[in-house]
Amino acid sequence: MQYLLLIYANEAEIAKRSEAEAKAMMEEYGVFTQAIIKAGQFKAGDRLQPISTATTVRVRSGKTLTTDGPFAETREQLGGYYLIEAKNLDEASQIAARIPGAKHGSIEVRPIWVYK
Amino acid sequence: MSAAGIESVFRNEAGRVLATLIRLVGDFELAEEALQEAFTAAVEQWPASGVPDKPRAWLVNVGRHKAVDRLRRQILFRRKRRDLEIDAAIDRQSVACAEEADAFGDDILRLIFTCCHPALAIETQVALTLRSVCGLTTEAVARALLVGVETMAQRLVRAKKKIRAAKIPYETPAPAMLDERIEGVLAVIYLVFTEGYAVTAGAELMRWDLSSEAIRLARLLDGLLPGRPAIQGLLALLLLHDARRHGRTTEAGDIVLLEDQDRSLWDQAQIAEGTGLVGEALRAPGRPSPYAVQAAIAALHAEAPHHEATDWPQIVGLYEVLLRLQPSPVVELNHAAAVSMVDGPARALDLLDALAARGGLDGYHLLPAARADLFRRLGRRQEARAAYLAALALVKLEPERRLLARRLAELG
Repeated sequence: MQYLLLIYANEAEIAKRSEAEAKAMMEEYGVFTQAIIKAGQFKAGDRLQPISTATTVRVRSGKTLTTDGPFAETREQLGGYYLIEAKNLDEASQIAARIPGAKHGSIEVRPIWVYK
Repeated sequence: MSAAGIESVFRNEAGRVLATLIRLVGDFELAEEALQEAFTAAVEQWPASGVPDKPRAWLVNVGRHKAVDRLRRQILFRRKRRDLEIDAAIDRQSVACAEEADAFGDDILRLIFTCCHPALAIETQVALTLRSVCGLTTEAVARALLVGVETMAQRLVRAKKKIRAAKIPYETPAPAMLDERIEGVLAVIYLVFTEGYAVTAGAELMRWDLSSEAIRLARLLDGLLPGRPAIQGLLALLLLHDARRHGRTTEAGDIVLLEDQDRSLWDQAQIAEGTGLVGEALRAPGRPSPYAVQAAIAALHAEAPHHEATDWPQIVGLYEVLLRLQPSPVVELNHAAAVSMVDGPARALDLLDALAARGGLDGYHLLPAARADLFRRLGRRQEARAAYLAALALVKLEPERRLLARRLAELG
């Protein structure tokens, strides 16, 4: 069964990090990613560019509206994700808890919809 | 066999039969439907044939066949696409019923942990546990938790959908996670009990059916996972509180305060059982469980032959332990009340004023009620009256409102 682990964190806080702190975090992510690849649990995963680079597209009455954003005033923003393979929610949650970002931000665990 | 007799078999067996069916068919909803069909079959057959020797095994067996039938129909409906899956599903279910006897305990434990999974909202955990483990109908759960039947039905459907879609495991957690997860289960049982002990709003002070369900659950858990201090502590706490049920209210439904209760109405056997469990729980090495400490306080109240004989210094000490283990404004409030019995109301008033200044209990009627009581004992009638009025403005339960009104009237 596949789960998407969505990594939310406060971008403003992340931007304030020193170079050494940012490097240490990258290394932690590297170690974690290697570990789940080795365990056969890794399907995909990436870091996202900051929310200031985001664009929102809507189609209304056949017209495409492209806007800057999103502008939702949330404390934490989506910053990256992993797609993983896990036996059940407990295993997925345990993997989520090992993501370095879980220590300061939050991880949303969502099962992937299976079409039958 | 009478309808009432069959009803009582269902009541006692529903949780266990459901738990086993879930393991056998691997699906919460399919198992529930199978359980219903098994009960329907029993209602049709038992009045004529009599109740079988092992009603639980009979119900599991019939339920399993009903589930297999349903699976077959479903799978045929999906155009026989996955023959291998059919074989696997039917194989899983062809375990002989006789061999199942020992597995019932494990099954019910798995069901409890699934219903109390932290990925479900706490009120959903309570509802699902009452519905599935205790075998209450959706209507009864809705009534007990003061929620509309429609709302409750939807809540249960959403919960089962989440169990399936997010794949909440139907299993007892691994040993490393067990203690953490038991805490959640105990919190649910405690909620069921407190909901029964003093419903959050309305006219009726207590709902014994829910308190009894909570005790039944705690006992079940203690039987399945013996020797765990947190479970023993909770069971002791529930038994000791419940032992005093007959002293707590008058026939008219008015509250009788602890100091005025007729102690001969208390259930001595239950007090003895609770006290024994507290002893065991507190003797275990390591940090004491907060439930066990609360139970020890309840035991001291229950064991005192009369109110004046209560061991207040020890109760104050236990509240201080509790404040370190699990600090909360409510514990502080109770601590202050106990202090008033040892060091006098003036000292307790200082503690309550400090608590009120921090604002942790804004809107909680027992804070002004406790202050009013201390003012009354200090002979400060004006301040007592103002505090009773403040408490009356916040109180939600009718019997509690009457008690406060009575106290206010007594001030003259």
